[in-house]
Amino acid sequence: MSKLFVNKDKMSYLLRDLTIQVLIYSAIVCVSGVFLWILFDLIRGGSALLSWQFLTDVPRDAGRAGGISSILASTLLVLLIALLAALPISWATAILLTEFISAESPFGRWVRYSLQVLACVPSIIFGLFGYAFFSLYLGLGFSILSGGLTLACMLLPILVSTAEAGLRAVPESYRLSAVALGMSRAATLFHVLLPVAAPAWAAGLLLGIGRAAAETAALMFTSGYVDRMPESLLDSGRVLALHIFDLSMNVPGGDAPAFASALVLILLLLVINLVAMRFTYLWQRKKLNAE
Amino acid sequence: MIWWKHSISFLSASIDRWFSAALRIGALLAALIMLFILLFLLLESWPVLRHIALMRFFTDEAWHPLEDQYNLLPMVTGTLYASSGALLLAIPLGIASALFMIFYATPRTAVLYRRLIELLAGIPSVVFGFWGLTTLVPLINQWHPPGASLLASILILTLMILPTLALTSYAALVAVPKDYLQAAVALGLSRWGMIYGVALPAARKGIVAGILLAAGRAIGETMAVLMVAGNVVQHADSLFAPIRTLTANIALEMAYAMGDHRAVLFVSGLLLLLLVIALTIIAAWFGKTHHV
Amino acid sequence: MRWMKSIGAATIMLVLMSLTLSTFASSHKLVLTGSSTIAPLAIELGRRFESLHPGVRVDVQTGGSSRGINDTRKGVADIGMVSGVLKSAEQDLQAFAIALDGVGIIVHASNPVTTLTNRQIVGIFTGRITNWQEVGGHDARITLVNKAEGRSTLESFLAYFQLKNSEIKSHIVIGDNQQGIKIVSGNPHAIGYVSIGAAAYDAQRGVPIKLLTMDGVAATVANVRNGTYPLSRPLNLVTRLPPTGLVKQFIDFARSKQTHDLVEAQYFVPVSVD
Repeated sequence: MSKLFVNKDKMSYLLRDLTIQVLIYSAIVCVSGVFLWILFDLIRGGSALLSWQFLTDVPRDAGRAGGISSILASTLLVLLIALLAALPISWATAILLTEFISAESPFGRWVRYSLQVLACVPSIIFGLFGYAFFSLYLGLGFSILSGGLTLACMLLPILVSTAEAGLRAVPESYRLSAVALGMSRAATLFHVLLPVAAPAWAAGLLLGIGRAAAETAALMFTSGYVDRMPESLLDSGRVLALHIFDLSMNVPGGDAPAFASALVLILLLLVINLVAMRFTYLWQRKKLNAE
Repeated sequence: MIWWKHSISFLSASIDRWFSAALRIGALLAALIMLFILLFLLLESWPVLRHIALMRFFTDEAWHPLEDQYNLLPMVTGTLYASSGALLLAIPLGIASALFMIFYATPRTAVLYRRLIELLAGIPSVVFGFWGLTTLVPLINQWHPPGASLLASILILTLMILPTLALTSYAALVAVPKDYLQAAVALGLSRWGMIYGVALPAARKGIVAGILLAAGRAIGETMAVLMVAGNVVQHADSLFAPIRTLTANIALEMAYAMGDHRAVLFVSGLLLLLLVIALTIIAAWFGKTHHV
Repeated sequence: MRWMKSIGAATIMLVLMSLTLSTFASSHKLVLTGSSTIAPLAIELGRRFESLHPGVRVDVQTGGSSRGINDTRKGVADIGMVSGVLKSAEQDLQAFAIALDGVGIIVHASNPVTTLTNRQIVGIFTGRITNWQEVGGHDARITLVNKAEGRSTLESFLAYFQLKNSEIKSHIVIGDNQQGIKIVSGNPHAIGYVSIGAAAYDAQRGVPIKLLTMDGVAATVANVRNGTYPLSRPLNLVTRLPPTGLVKQFIDFARSKQTHDLVEAQYFVPVSVD
């Protein structure tokens, strides 16, 4: 039919649609091209050095030789501290905001608003704060502990919002049934809500880990540059992202190990993200089944 | 759903009060951190705020902290140029990516492309900076020296925020109810007519939220920009002029700064924070007035 | 209100905990902070020192000479690393030179210019000379790489040429030596100044940069050693009090002959006291 009634107007619409389609396709080609270029560069630059030995050896000669085992250990320790500090606080906040107080109450609004602002605070500001508060004021110095606590502050908003989303997605009928059964709010939470929201929380947790593992600026002034195997939480420990920065900026001949470290970091984040997506998927399935 | 084998009311109702109190402590801590950050930035910048007039940060001749000149304005414009340039590039590309995944690509291609974007969303900024330093800067330099420039930082920031934009726009567009689109097709709208007239307006709120998120990231990014921007303190007069952003200034000079110089860096941190808070307030206001 | 009290208690506990934790920090630990020029050397020194003294841990943090001075004064660091001679305001610290290093002008290896006079260098850095042609090179705009405010290499350079930083018309501002070397190696028309040690190390590894002859004296480790290179500076370890115990052992070790190979491996000139 349309072929019979092709008028000038219709032609111009078709032309417009075609132009836009061409534009969109060229944008896609452009974007994928550049990104494949980056990935190709990283893999080409890093794969030569990447080996089991690279992962298990300590850095030598300022990182030009040897591996990154101590860097990985520091990264894991910083992450661990950050999560240990951030998880209880953020999950408590999320539970309070969704299950215990009205979202419109003054306290609720205030908490939510400050978390919203916190989510937008640039990481270098967290670095400044962590340096002034944890490192100097609390006397933790340049240490894994102060780096981890700084990261914990940074992770709060993302952990709270994902946990909140998980709880909010639980159908209201569950809560009503629990109340009808005479369950306390705490019992409802542990027996009914958390099991349903668990995959969402896990996904949020992994997102947070991913964010934290990629962080550089917040840790520059807090956990420091020492590339040694940390012996206590008060030792300074260089994290992987900072290692890449330092190798590429401050170490003559540091490009090859920087590429390899970048590749390790990306693979690490990739695995974390894949697991996170798996959890999100589980959660969505659960939600659908629940409804 | 209830997998507990023993009594479901293992917690008595009276425990709720205690539990709630414990939760309040957590939430209070979470909310206090924001105040703490503000407080500490103020505390650290106080020595300078006390004896240097606020206007001097905008009217001094230049940024030479060791010669007692503290003009932060070039770094404010540097930050704004770089992030707005990146947004200008990334918004069309991001939305185009989202539209491609939903309306143009075959399902298989769409999934493939989405995996690529997700992969890129996971690349840390320092890796983008590293790539920019080793590949992009030399390239731009061949074209128009010195290479490390506003353009390089715009491009690197674009790459950084593009995945965020593409994924948030995608999520917003996917959430548009199918019947809207079916109705549009039934009305005889062309594909672009449907996208422009129905899908995009319906997804506007989510897309705007994504844009604001990306803007925050672009303004706050430190390491990637530090590596490629050239870091000269000046008002950029062309795309090829090097710039320094507020964040890069802090990262670059903090380790070396003492006394007033150090306090001024905290002042610039404060300035950055206020900039971001203003953005959040605008976003909140925007969300209220236009999307309820 | 009840929770307000608990918050107070929690904060106090946190502070107490951190205080007790910090006293646990091992007494056999040396913390060095400061100049990024010295840090790579200090790390290697620390490693060898540890192997000679089991149970000792040497931690090295970079951050620049001013940080070395700052941290040493505050007692955060046992030893500060400072490149360049101590200024008059810094005479409260004890300085121990462990090596000599020069500040050299570097350009891309493909640049035909091999030598510059002091006048030409000043002209280039103050923006009076903007094209390589004016100093015998190709017809190309000069890209000027300068150091960030507060870096000791910048201070040595400015002091030697009697310039003020505000007079320098730079195109790129860098932090550490390596960033400068990277930028110059990727830009055939760039000029910058960095630690000779770092530049020589990279040039020897095939990075396309070269050190210029300055006022007729080649920027080589040999010329820094025999004192003919004008723009050289000592690399110092500094302490607040006269060193004793482990600190003294480390400084003596760093200045002894058994570490000369480490110093030379970083393209610095060893300074010997024994």
